[in-house]
Amino acid sequence: MKTVDQKTSSRSLWKRMWRHRVSYLMILPPIVTVFIFHYIPIYGVQIAFKDFSSRLGIWGSKWVGLKHFRAFVNHPFFPRIMWNTFWLNVVSLIFWPSSIIFAILLNEMRSLKLKKTCQMLTYAPYFVSTVVACSMCRMFLNRGGLFNIAGDILGFEYVNLLSSAKAFPWINAVVDLWRGLGWGTIIYLSALAGVSGELVEAARVDGATRLQVIWHVNLPHLKPTIITLLILRMGSMLSSGFEQIYLLQTPLNLDASTVISTYVYETGLVSQQFSYSSAIGLFNNIINIVLILAANTISKKVSETSLW
Amino acid sequence: MRKHSKLNRFTPYDYIIVMIVVLITVIIVYPLYYTVIASFSDSTEVYSGHTFLWIKGFTLDAYRNILKEKIIWIGYRNTIIYTFAGTLYNLVLTIPAAYVLTKRDMPFKGFISWFFFLTMYVSGGMIPSYLLVKQLGLVNSPLVMIVGAGVSCYNLIVTRQYFATGIPADLYEAAYIDGAGDGRCFVKIALPLAKPIVAVMALYYGVGRWNDYYTGLLYIYKEKYFSLQQVLNKILTSNLELKLEGKMDPEMMAHALKQYHAAQGMKYSIIFVGSLPLLIAYPFLQKYFAKGIMIGSVKG
Repeated sequence: MKTVDQKTSSRSLWKRMWRHRVSYLMILPPIVTVFIFHYIPIYGVQIAFKDFSSRLGIWGSKWVGLKHFRAFVNHPFFPRIMWNTFWLNVVSLIFWPSSIIFAILLNEMRSLKLKKTCQMLTYAPYFVSTVVACSMCRMFLNRGGLFNIAGDILGFEYVNLLSSAKAFPWINAVVDLWRGLGWGTIIYLSALAGVSGELVEAARVDGATRLQVIWHVNLPHLKPTIITLLILRMGSMLSSGFEQIYLLQTPLNLDASTVISTYVYETGLVSQQFSYSSAIGLFNNIINIVLILAANTISKKVSETSLW
Repeated sequence: MRKHSKLNRFTPYDYIIVMIVVLITVIIVYPLYYTVIASFSDSTEVYSGHTFLWIKGFTLDAYRNILKEKIIWIGYRNTIIYTFAGTLYNLVLTIPAAYVLTKRDMPFKGFISWFFFLTMYVSGGMIPSYLLVKQLGLVNSPLVMIVGAGVSCYNLIVTRQYFATGIPADLYEAAYIDGAGDGRCFVKIALPLAKPIVAVMALYYGVGRWNDYYTGLLYIYKEKYFSLQQVLNKILTSNLELKLEGKMDPEMMAHALKQYHAAQGMKYSIIFVGSLPLLIAYPFLQKYFAKGIMIGSVKG
């Protein structure tokens, strides 16, 4: 009886698959490209545990266990790099809620035309490439740049903030803010559009001020969106913004601007220590996954919102 | 309800909100505005801070200088090719995949979804990817700027969402009854109805390709294959140091200073030239981009 059952079910599986043969054919090319360009490098991560030599290849190189991880952790720069990465992210997290605030402000605007115009204008920096955004930042902070001319008028001495290690995380965060502030509002505004008008009206009739409406109606409505985005933000804690950080680096701010991702680039592509730098990349990736899982678990407990 | 609130007079609260929002908008737009007017102004005036509000000493010198820089045009040409071919590559892979993932009764669909989904969280990282590309002989090949995984999981989810919700299931049913297969359904029914999402995806991928610096930084070292962003970065970071030596006579010093200013001034115009296509497409872009986010946020 059982065997017959299995037989029919397996035959129907084949039948069902055969019915979808064109679908499989359609999805085969993306599966192949993703497999090659995404999954083969994951297989290649094993060189983090090997002494890679291009002569022997990934498979043939000798296993060395955790040698490269140990080398990284014992590197004199290790605390510096970890601290920089952490601090850079903390600083940009401070600016993270600005899009929420801006979205709420936009949402409070009564003139729809003005609102649309402001939205459209503030989206613009999002489309500016990283190279251009960072170059603009560099030019403005240079001698004769916008920032220093303004400073000059206000009577400040010339400083190039990009040469200051202390200022670096803040500059990076401001560039982030400039590029993402307007764009970040879209998702919140679309969530705010779902706030029930009746609820707001009722609150107003009951004598709530508009600030109270924001606090008691709008913000709770945004909560799931905010939490979801925050979890995702946590997951990219250590890997965010390689390009931008790399492009804002100057020899004088390296003390603060050497983070894990730029260090991976330097050791890997510039000085070709493939195994060592893969180990650091893997280390980084694992921490990211742990962070996102942790954030997800915490939020599940606290607010019943989670990614999965 | 809307009528009611429109009848309300503007309160001080409204004015404060408007003021704050407008102020923020001005602060955000100003750097772009400044870059544009600086690019059309006399570079010495820019340096002396006379171009805060409007062009001073209108000149196209900087643009004339750019015309002479061959490398910019090489970068421009390359990036146009990379963007068109690359976006096409992305679309051809993403759109059918998204469509297939809406099939309800397809065996192994869950497994295939996970196969794509995992790429969001797990990746080999910079070096293993580099070694793969090197092994494939794609380092310093313009092909590397076009081919690749080709499917961004986020875009795949957004497109799938559109297919799943934006196209009524009865349409497919009717086509099946008429004897159409999956392929025909996709080409004859889904694709024509999916024009908006195809446009959104083309723009998502296209802007990403146009602005991409990372791929070139990793894999392209020959200048003739440089992407526009690589060229821009090369020129914009070249720091022509102002060399003022003690022995220089005033005339030479003035000349050196002028050259320095001109080199700085040219940077503003390069930024403008490099972003021009996006600027032209901008009204279009922001509309469709925002649309994509809305579709995606329906179900995170």
